[in-house]
Amino acid sequence: MRRRAILGYGAAGVGAVALMLFVGWWQVDRPGGPEPVGQRPVALTEMDFRLTDHEGNAVGPETLIGRPTMAFFGFTYCPDVCPTTLSDISGWLDDLGDEADEMNVVFITVDPERDTVETMAEYVGYFHPAIRGWTGPEKQIARVADGFRATYERVPTESGDYTMNHTASVFLFAASGRFVTMIDYHEPREFAVPKIGRVLEEQMEGAT
Amino acid sequence: MKKYILTSTLAALFALGGLSVPALAGPEDVVVENAWSRASIGMNRPGAAYMTIRNTGDEPVTLIGLATPLAMMPEIHETKTNAEGVSSMSPAGEIAIAPGESVALKPGGLHAMLMRLQEPMREGDTFPLTLLFDDGGEVTVEVPILGIAARGPED
Repeated sequence: MRRRAILGYGAAGVGAVALMLFVGWWQVDRPGGPEPVGQRPVALTEMDFRLTDHEGNAVGPETLIGRPTMAFFGFTYCPDVCPTTLSDISGWLDDLGDEADEMNVVFITVDPERDTVETMAEYVGYFHPAIRGWTGPEKQIARVADGFRATYERVPTESGDYTMNHTASVFLFAASGRFVTMIDYHEPREFAVPKIGRVLEEQMEGAT
Repeated sequence: MKKYILTSTLAALFALGGLSVPALAGPEDVVVENAWSRASIGMNRPGAAYMTIRNTGDEPVTLIGLATPLAMMPEIHETKTNAEGVSSMSPAGEIAIAPGESVALKPGGLHAMLMRLQEPMREGDTFPLTLLFDDGGEVTVEVPILGIAARGPED
């Protein structure tokens, strides 16, 4: 009786390990699965996507060429990370003052199902006026994320809703569209603002 | 505002102090500081509240849950950001606070996640949030609601 139970546990254990290995493989290496993360985003000039901004204008990567760009992913049903990132960015823009008028600042939703153009308009209205909210069909969002080498994933919550795991870094691109650097979530302001300043300076040098 | 929080904390301590057994690390040893939250847009989105929970007693205390009339499902959640910069959020479970230690609920880490709001969170209002401990103790704080773009209790 006891031996049988032990054998049973053993078999269950082997099964659990096999399942874990399979899940691990599926998440990392499955055919057509997400590219390994940690790669650099491609240049904006090499991206191809069509979205709509919070004022209803058609936008794409070409909209961003010609001025330095700060872009990041999030969703408006996000209670913690996204309002914090938007507040941080609003603070950085305040610190930069007039200089910040020279750049594109774009918040791209990873939750287009709930984040319609109207929703994005209302949400970005609470933060710095330079911040634009972009949304669009799920397929297009996937193309943006692919270009940025960003990831996002829908996760159900106990309340019956869902939340989104997503790349929380802020991406910085030069006016030419070249990817320059990113600001990690939690990066202190004394590092973030000079990074943005660097992208803005490159723009100045390019202009002269 | 600080004074208000302190006063409400004291009021809660007085109210509950008489009920708890002195031998247990009761809520009289728990002090909540700098509680704040952000206003919500409507009621469909979950809210979040932040604070520092300090155990001033000689015994460990364990926070096991939350209660508030504002939300049907208040829970302590934790945001984690991995090496690839991907943020995710999940229930934090029980939180033990050693004697003399404190736990900070702050943006991008632990937070009181307020799911299924019963009314919108309006800037300038406050709401009561009760912390439930494993020994049956409770501490209620009055949490001020700041603007949507608030970054901390001083904003």
